[in-house]
Amino acid sequence: MTALLEIRDLKAEVAGRQILNGLDLTVNKGEIHAIMGPNGAGKSTLSYVLSGKPGYTITGGEVYLNGEDLFAMEADERAAKGLFLAFQYPLEIPGVATLTFLRSALNAQRRKRGEEELSSPDLLKRVRELAKQLGIDPDMLRRPLNVGFSGGEKKRNETLQMALLEPKLCVLDETDSGLDIDALKVVANGVNQLRAPERGMIVITHYQRLLDYIVPDVVHVLAAGRIVETGGKELALELEARGYAQYQSEAA
Amino acid sequence: MAAVQETIDQVRRIDVEQYKYGFVTDVESEKAPKGLSEDIVRYISARKNEPEWMLEWRLEAFRRWQTMREPEWARVNYPPIDYQDLHYYSAPRKKPELASLDEVDPEILKTYEKLGIPLREQEILAGVVRPEGERRIAVDAVFDSVSVATTFQAELKAAGVIFMPISEALREHPELVRKYLGSVVPVSDNYFATLNSAVFSDGSFVYVPEGVRCPMELSTYFRINEKNTGQFERTLIIAGKGSYVSYLEGCTAPQRDENQLHAAVVELVAMDDAEIKYSTVQNWYPGNAEGVGGIYNFVTKRGDCRGARSKISWTQVETGSAITWKYPSCLLRGEGSSGEFYSIAISNGRQQVDSGTKMMHIGRNTTSRIVSKGISAGRSQNTYRGLVSAHRKAKGARNFTACDSLLIGDQCGAHTVPYMEAKNPTAVFEHEATTSKISEDVLFYCVQRGLSQEEAVGLVVNGFVKDVLQQLPMEFAVEAQKLISISLEGSVG
Ligand SMILES: Nc1ncnc2c1ncn2[C@@H]1O[C@H](COP(=O)(O)OP(=O)(O)O)[C@@H](O)[C@H]1O
Ligand SMILES: [Mg+2]
Repeated sequence: MTALLEIRDLKAEVAGRQILNGLDLTVNKGEIHAIMGPNGAGKSTLSYVLSGKPGYTITGGEVYLNGEDLFAMEADERAAKGLFLAFQYPLEIPGVATLTFLRSALNAQRRKRGEEELSSPDLLKRVRELAKQLGIDPDMLRRPLNVGFSGGEKKRNETLQMALLEPKLCVLDETDSGLDIDALKVVANGVNQLRAPERGMIVITHYQRLLDYIVPDVVHVLAAGRIVETGGKELALELEARGYAQYQSEAA
Repeated sequence: MAAVQETIDQVRRIDVEQYKYGFVTDVESEKAPKGLSEDIVRYISARKNEPEWMLEWRLEAFRRWQTMREPEWARVNYPPIDYQDLHYYSAPRKKPELASLDEVDPEILKTYEKLGIPLREQEILAGVVRPEGERRIAVDAVFDSVSVATTFQAELKAAGVIFMPISEALREHPELVRKYLGSVVPVSDNYFATLNSAVFSDGSFVYVPEGVRCPMELSTYFRINEKNTGQFERTLIIAGKGSYVSYLEGCTAPQRDENQLHAAVVELVAMDDAEIKYSTVQNWYPGNAEGVGGIYNFVTKRGDCRGARSKISWTQVETGSAITWKYPSCLLRGEGSSGEFYSIAISNGRQQVDSGTKMMHIGRNTTSRIVSKGISAGRSQNTYRGLVSAHRKAKGARNFTACDSLLIGDQCGAHTVPYMEAKNPTAVFEHEATTSKISEDVLFYCVQRGLSQEEAVGLVVNGFVKDVLQQLPMEFAVEAQKLISISLEGSVG
């Protein structure tokens, strides 16, 4: 069976500095992988390299998404192929209503896949349903994307986008940051609803807390640009207890 | 909404650097010989069968113009214009007087069809499926120096509204034209306005009598077709007491290597409680990416809020022209009158834009509002130049100005030059300005959701200009939105 995501010996640099130093990771369909690690380990870098953010140079290794060479695709093609990144800091777009953004994104992906665009009434219906499930005030759909949204609203909005776009691989970067416990539960609940046999997820987090709500199948420790330890969900609890100091010294 | 999608589709279908309206129509035309002289002024006046006073008016302007110098204060650069190397009059040869639209040269009808402007009323009426509540639009089509067709005249006449080419109005309503022509932009106002006064060829005349709400949108589509020909349009709109009219102009020109001059004058007069809404979607040929060719758009537009509580609102979407020199302004004379200026000015390639407004508060308790959105891309230069002034007697004058500039890439320039002069201590002027670069992070966010780089720019820009786009009549907002994306093509890596 082809893995959903296969990363082999990935090396990448940003601003002339090598950040990823030979990273290996395999995610199969239906699995949730947590990536934990100290600040500055390269967790966000990994998410940006996978999603094709400009400014990151791949200096070695290869990545396959459903068997296809990820680096042969433009960033928007990767999205259309089902790669979704939930941003740690979602961006604001003044003047563009959330619903407009959702429609533009969904239909851009559909066109790229050679599918028919979703009509406005159908889209509205679908978005309303999802918003309801995620406890999102429908009024938010008319507000400019992320402008003046609270931290919780922004993360909920990321989850809404994820639910609408139905990606194959979700990468969640520090989805828990800036959320109080209630908001965290709501967002985690939304993410859990997206667990599916065909879908894989990479949940990046610094703290174990999120993993009480989104329970992973596999936990990895990323330090100094590579995966240094892999275990079951109990590894997260261990890490919580002993901290990352061990890995930091290892890296140094 | 759906329009954003259309914008994107449009962008996808069109090649970079392709100006969609750059074709030339093959019609036989009658042209004045090149050059400018009293004889040419007489020739134009004679071609139009104008009354004697009009000829005198033109000649006076011409003599005045000979003593004037081309303005140099704008932040634009172009080689000297040889005013003797232009044709000042060009008209399609067939049928100067049309009994009905059926007599319009089919080639010209086809041109407007290609431009998406319906000139046959029955087609407009039959329509395809129109969204509910969509209004009909009367069109005056000006081709080079003459108006070739004006639709819905009969229906407008029944409502008491006069909407006709100004050349026709000079013959049919000379007293009205004589009373108002030059009353807002005097013959000696500025170099280009004076030139226009001497040689203007056609444009629209609108008169909305007291208490009448014009039953439909009025619009004029200007098309320059001939080469080496200047277009000197003249538009005059008068709104009687308590009346309302919404007017839109659109303009396109073929793609040519030499620059062409368009020097228009538009005058608006609003009486007590009258309101004029004037919208422009300017899409003259901008020249190619290296800056070869394109229209010099040197335009004087001014509205006179003559009556108490009158209101004039300018909305412009400027995407075309090699050079734009344009400051639609309001003279706020009537007590409690108000002026508005909403502008989207986009420059790409080597385009140069120097545009803005003047709000002159003369009467008491007058208010004005300026919202300007400048977008510069490529190697273009985009300047907002504005003046807000309060006369000594303008007690309680208020202005709010917001100027936002967005830069795409790092080889373009955005400049803001606001002037303020308050001679009355009670005047309150507020000014806000921002300049920002289009954010790479925001673009990446969009791209990560599946939009192409170009679609992402289109989306962000449409958001940036939304406040102004909303001011356009609905029918045109969609068109303008498309145009914005098209004109920004090739602006990103
Ligand atoms: N654009 C950039 N320019 C320079 N250094 C960067 C850039 N992005 C990330 N880095 C550096 O790369 C390292 C890894 O960062 P990051 O991937 O954000 O770590 P994490 O998400 O694990 O906290 C850090 O030392 C950070 O300073
Ligand atoms: Mg991070």
